[in-house]
Amino acid sequence: MSGEHAPSTPVAAERASLLTPFNIVTGLIVFVGLILTILRFTKGLAGVTNLSDNNPWGIWISFDLLCGVALAAGGYTTSAACYVFGLKRYHSAVRPAILTAFLGYALVVFALHYDVGRPWRLPYPIFYSPGPTSVLFEVGLCVFLYLNVLFLEWTPSALEWLGLKKWRNVMVKMTLALTIFGVVLSTMHQSSLGALFLIAPSKLHPLWYSSYLPVFFFISSIAAGLSMVIFEGTLSHRYLHDKMDDHYLSTHDQVHLGFARGAAVVLVIYFFLKLVGLALDNNWHYLLTGYGAMYSLELLGFVALPALMYAVGVREKNLKIIRWAAVITVLGIVLNRFNVSWFAFNWQLPAAERYFPSWMEVAVSIYIVTVGLLVFRFIATRMPIFYEHPDFKEAELEEEEPHEHETRPHPQSFGH
Amino acid sequence: MQRRQFLGLLGATAATAVLGKPAQAGPKHFTGYPDSYGVLFDATRCIGCRRCEAGCNRVNHLPAPARPFDDLSVLDTKRRTDGRTFTVVNRYETAKGIVYRKNQCQHCLEPACASSCFVAAYDKTPQGAVTWNEKVCVGCRYCMIACPFDIPTFEYWDPLAPKIMKCHLCYPHITAGKLRVPGCVGACPTEALVYGRRADLIREARQRFHLFPGRYLDHIYGEHEMGGTNWLYISGVPFSQIGLREDLGVTPAPEFTSGALAAVPIIAAAWPALLLGIYAISQAKDKAARQEKREALKEALAKAKAECDAELAKVKAKAEADKKAAIEREVKKALEEAAKAQAAKEEGE
Repeated sequence: MSGEHAPSTPVAAERASLLTPFNIVTGLIVFVGLILTILRFTKGLAGVTNLSDNNPWGIWISFDLLCGVALAAGGYTTSAACYVFGLKRYHSAVRPAILTAFLGYALVVFALHYDVGRPWRLPYPIFYSPGPTSVLFEVGLCVFLYLNVLFLEWTPSALEWLGLKKWRNVMVKMTLALTIFGVVLSTMHQSSLGALFLIAPSKLHPLWYSSYLPVFFFISSIAAGLSMVIFEGTLSHRYLHDKMDDHYLSTHDQVHLGFARGAAVVLVIYFFLKLVGLALDNNWHYLLTGYGAMYSLELLGFVALPALMYAVGVREKNLKIIRWAAVITVLGIVLNRFNVSWFAFNWQLPAAERYFPSWMEVAVSIYIVTVGLLVFRFIATRMPIFYEHPDFKEAELEEEEPHEHETRPHPQSFGH
Repeated sequence: MQRRQFLGLLGATAATAVLGKPAQAGPKHFTGYPDSYGVLFDATRCIGCRRCEAGCNRVNHLPAPARPFDDLSVLDTKRRTDGRTFTVVNRYETAKGIVYRKNQCQHCLEPACASSCFVAAYDKTPQGAVTWNEKVCVGCRYCMIACPFDIPTFEYWDPLAPKIMKCHLCYPHITAGKLRVPGCVGACPTEALVYGRRADLIREARQRFHLFPGRYLDHIYGEHEMGGTNWLYISGVPFSQIGLREDLGVTPAPEFTSGALAAVPIIAAAWPALLLGIYAISQAKDKAARQEKREALKEALAKAKAECDAELAKVKAKAEADKKAAIEREVKKALEEAAKAQAAKEEGE
C-alpha cells in the first residue's frame, strides 16, 4: 500500500507488479475467451455450443442471463432500502451495489451477443419491430431501460472522479426518481424472466412450472440481491480493503446485519410461497420422484437452511454464519435458475436428447464473468466506490450525528 | 397476433393502464380465421414412402439429404425436422402394427411461436399458414422454447445470418400461384394428405369415422389441441403412440402468459405510487424524529439552564448570607474586642 501512492513509481517496478498470479490467470481466461469469440463468429453456434433444435437455450441463457440478472438485484434492493425506505445507515453499500448491478446488466447484454443468431439486431425489438405480445419483449425493454437507469445511477462516482462538480450534482438530484424507476423496472423484468417459461407448460417439470413463476422469480431476486451485497462486501473487504474509508468500514458490519435480517424474512416468505404453489397445483406426489429430490434439496438446503442461518446469525450477531448463509443463498438462486431453464426443462426428452454444455460454452461464461471482475476492479480502485470523495460528502449524512464518523479523505482519492 | 396486441410501445404500458383497454380476449373464444386452409393427415393411409419429404424438399429448394428420399432405411431411427428439413415421416410400432406419421409445423390457430416472438417475426395468416419473416428475426430462439410441438429449427452452423426454418404450408408458393396445394400434399400417392378449408377437413374426418366404423379413434387431433391447429390428424391408434403428445391441453399458448403480461401496466402504475408513499412516510418519520430530537434538546437545554440559574441564585444567596454573617461576625468580634479593651482599661484605672 505504501508504494501505491508514491507518484513517481519506476516503470520497471510497475511492469514487475503486472505479473501477479491474478493477472496471469485472468489474462489466460481473457485470451481463451477471445479465441472462442472468433470461433463463435466464424463457425456459428454449432462450432462452440452443444445447442440443438430440441435444446435451443443452454448455459449462456441459464447462467449469463437468468443468474446474471438475479444476482445483479443488489442494485435495486440496496438503493430502494437506502433512498425509498429511508434506511440511510445502508448508504455506504449503495455505490458498490449499483456498480455491480450496472456491470452485471452490461455483461448480460454482452453475453447475449454470443447467444443470439444476429446480435446486431438486438435493438430491433425496441426500435424497429416490437413484438409486445412476447414476455421476452418485456424482458428486453426493461433490461434496456434499466441498464440506462443503472448507468445514470453510477455516473456520480465517475463524475466525482473526473471532478465535474456541476454534472455530478445534477445526477445526484435525480437519485430518487432513478431509484423508483429502477425498482419498477426490476420488478417487471425479474418477474418476467420467470414468466418466460409460462408459455411452455408441456416442457417444464410440474414441480417448477407454476403460474406463480413470475412471483417466485421476483421474491427470490430480492433475497439474491441482499445476499450478493453481503457476499461481494465480504470479498471486497478482503481484497479492496485499502480503498475503503472509515465510514464504509465502520458501517460495514451494521449493513451486513441489516441485510441479513431482510434476507431471512424474504427467504421465509419465499419458502412458504413455494409451498403454496406446490399445494395449489397439488404436486406433492412428485416429491417422491428423482425430480422431487432435486426440488426438496433446492427448497430445504438452499432456502430454508440459509433462512435459518441468517436468523441465527442476526440474533447472535455472528457475521461468519451470515456470510455463509449469503454464499448458500447465492448458490441456491443459481440452482433454481438452472432447474427452471435447464435441469427440469425438456424433462420428458430421452436422456440422449438432453442438453449438456460444451467446455467452450462454460469457458465463454467464465470469460464474461472475468471481464466483469476486471472492470469492477478497475473502477473500484479508481473511483469513489468504497469511500466518499472528500469534495462530495452526502448532505443527508449531516442530518445524523455528524461527529460520530469523521470521514477522512482517502490518500488515493484522486486516483489518476 | 394482431388480435391480442395489447401492449403498446415504449411507455404505452402506462397508457394501457389509464385507458383500461381489455388485455385479454376475455369471454371471447377464437376459433380460427374463417375459411382458413389446412391439411388432414390420415395415419391409416400413410405408407411411409417419404414422397412428401421429397416434394417438400423440391418445392422449397432445400439442400439434398445425406441419404436419398427413396432410402426407407432412414425410418429405422426416429427423426425430427431440422434446419434443412421442413417435414419428416417416422415409423411407429403400435398394438395395431406399424403406423407412419408425418411431422411438420401444425400451424396453430393461436401459435406459441408468434405470441413469444419479441420482434413479431411470425405471422398467422388468415389463410391458415404460420409464416416467419427473415428480415426481423434476431435469432433468440424463444419460439423454439415456446412451441409445444418442437417445430421451429435453427441454422446453428451459420455464423452470421442463421435462419429459423419451419414449414410454412407452402404459403409463399400458393399465394404466388406457383402451387395449388402444398408440396407434400401434391406428392402423396395415397391421399393420406388432404388440403382444404379447415372446416371442410373436420367434416371430411367425421365422415370417414362414419364410413369406416372401427377404423379410427373418434378424435381429430388438432381440432382443439393447444386451442386448435390448421394441421389435423386422424388415426386408428392412440396419438401418443405415434409421437403426438396428448397432454398438451386445449388452452391456446398466448393464454399462458396473458396474466403475467396483464400485470405489467398494473406494476407500472401502482409501484411508483406505492414507493413514493413509502418514501413520504420514511421522510415524515425522519422529520418527526429530527423534530422530536430538536425539541427534546431544547427542552433539556431550558431545563438545564433553569437548574443552573436556580443553583446560581442559591449559591449567590448563600454567598450573600455568608458575607453578611462574616461581617456580622467581624463587627461582633470588633465590638467584643472593643468591649474587652474597655473593660481592661477600666480595670487598670
